Amino acid sequence: MWEYTDKVRDHFFNPRNVGEIEDADGVGEVGSLACGDALRLTFKLDTDGRIVDAKFKTFGCASAIATSSVLTELIRGKTLEEAMKVTNKDIADYLGGLPEQKMHCSVMGREALEAAIENYRGGGSKKHEIQGNVVCTCFGVTDVEIERVIRENNLTTVEQVTNYCKAGGGCGGCKGEIEKIIERIQGEKVQEQALPPPRKDRRLTNIQKIQLIQQTINEQIRPALRAHGGNIELIDVAGDKVVIAFRGMCAQCKISDFTMKDVVEAKLREFVSESLYVEEDKESMEQGHEHGGKP
Amino acid sequence: MKVIYFDNNATTRVADEVYEAMQPYFTDFYGNPSSMHTFGGQVGIKVREGRERVAALLGCEPGEIIFTSCGTESDSAAIHGALAAAPQKRKVITTRVEHPAVLAVCRDLESHGYTVVELGVDKLGRLNLDELEHELNNDTALVTIMYANNETGVIFPIEQIAEMVTSRGVTFHTDAVQVVGKAPLNLAKSRINLLSLSGHKLHAPKGVGVLYVKKGTRIAPFLLGGHQEGGRRAGTENVPGIIGLGKACESAAQHMEDENTRVRRLRDRLESTILKTCPDSRVNGDRRSRLPNTTNISFEYVEGEAILLLLDRHGICASSGSACTSGSLEPSHVLRAMGVPFTAAHGSIRFSLSRYNTEEEVDFTIQKMPGIIHRLRELSPFVQTAKR
Repeated sequence: MWEYTDKVRDHFFNPRNVGEIEDADGVGEVGSLACGDALRLTFKLDTDGRIVDAKFKTFGCASAIATSSVLTELIRGKTLEEAMKVTNKDIADYLGGLPEQKMHCSVMGREALEAAIENYRGGGSKKHEIQGNVVCTCFGVTDVEIERVIRENNLTTVEQVTNYCKAGGGCGGCKGEIEKIIERIQGEKVQEQALPPPRKDRRLTNIQKIQLIQQTINEQIRPALRAHGGNIELIDVAGDKVVIAFRGMCAQCKISDFTMKDVVEAKLREFVSESLYVEEDKESMEQGHEHGGKP
Repeated sequence: MKVIYFDNNATTRVADEVYEAMQPYFTDFYGNPSSMHTFGGQVGIKVREGRERVAALLGCEPGEIIFTSCGTESDSAAIHGALAAAPQKRKVITTRVEHPAVLAVCRDLESHGYTVVELGVDKLGRLNLDELEHELNNDTALVTIMYANNETGVIFPIEQIAEMVTSRGVTFHTDAVQVVGKAPLNLAKSRINLLSLSGHKLHAPKGVGVLYVKKGTRIAPFLLGGHQEGGRRAGTENVPGIIGLGKACESAAQHMEDENTRVRRLRDRLESTILKTCPDSRVNGDRRSRLPNTTNISFEYVEGEAILLLLDRHGICASSGSACTSGSLEPSHVLRAMGVPFTAAHGSIRFSLSRYNTEEEVDFTIQKMPGIIHRLRELSPFVQTAKR
């Protein structure tokens, strides 16, 4: 069970300002049913340009509902300039903190607020505008959003980024890219280092070579394929010839011949031996099967 | 506040008679069953009796029972033990809806040169046996398929599967932790080679499990360093746990009828009333082949964790397959394998009953449920959109 503060429980059990303002000045929407949480924020300004009323509707867990409720409380009475300064950290702090894995709820609140203000100013879309390039395709998170949560919350690990904006929380295929963004922003290596690559040794016995090939496939190649619903199998090693078969999505992929074989070959040459070359076992591919793919 | 416990697929209350049977073996009869003296020896007799009682419930020989520490250990031992006994074969077949105790082990095998096939299920959570038959070949070392699903309660045709698999000379393991005590088993007549069970799912304490190994099935030892459990799982026995599990198995046989009549009726009434009183709700899983105690209901447009917390305020314990409760950002792998839409998967609630549940508890829950769902839908931005 999650450990929620009394404040979170209070705002979940007794949410403030639930509903929708009919003739709202600004409307902001973020999230979707598929993602597991979504928020629609509406606000009304008075003649001085201050937020006189704000209401929300939220689909999501207890912390999503509590952060939405707090957001409406926080922005009431503020001018839009003041409201723009509310960060996800302010929302979380007001609640006496959120469990780490739930920090993305507070980020969703801040995004809905921005979308609503943009909607008022530009009169355009109510939807949270996607800026930048999508990094995490599972949850549709862009580099701009990732950079922002890293800066505002001083994040240093991929796991933290996932907790704050969900990026990397699906198939995990974008973790390497997130790591690079963290490195760029923090100007230093992330705390969680990838496993050191297998040591390359020129004088290998046959068994050592096969083991090293298998290890390289396990650690360097399979995780990336698995993330996209595919897989790889080591069929045979004969001298410098390495016979492999692609499984799942990769087996049916038309371009696997040009790309994946080359990637595998490059990795094996890098980590095992320069003289290796890769061949694909087409015969076993035909008996291949589909599994592990995402629905 | 009175607790209404509808989470029996997670764990169960230790039965009074089980607790009583165990008690003397902590402070009074604490001897080691392997000792030569009478003080220890008398404990050995009770361990033997526990083994006989478990065997009686499963319909097998006492010598086919290996005591373990939990269902997860039994699963791991079965898979690794069976593969070690067939080192020339490299293929393993399982399903996409297995418990992580099986699925994670199988996926790890891929890193050790094994080919692992995960069979899919249809939208009712059923397997296609033709697909299984098609995948069986001479390279197949093991097939491991759960007896009944912990999330939906859907029961697979395990006897038929065991027949198909073993007739091809392949070892068959089943994770039966949700079934033992709820459905009768007769392993002497079955073709199942290996079967896992867990004590705490049938009113025995946590910390004791069983791996059944059919006579003649080759399996490598998994804990070395002693003669216990036929040398296959060494280590001083969990004496109170084994005695408790023996008693629980005896009780389970006596209550089997009740589980399949009274408990089933309670579950059916809970389920059908909720479906009637809560709009946009649906059952996940094949209702014609299901455990008598389990129902998995999806409520569209609301999120599972929020439902659980509101139930919790009334003392009602259940569980959910939503992303927020699974500890990840994605909903249950079982519901996704069944193709349950995200809208419904995030709002899924599992109620799992036991013989300790009463009519009053079902009445109380039925009475609270519509208000909880209505309240969350009031908050949901999708409800209005959906109605438009």
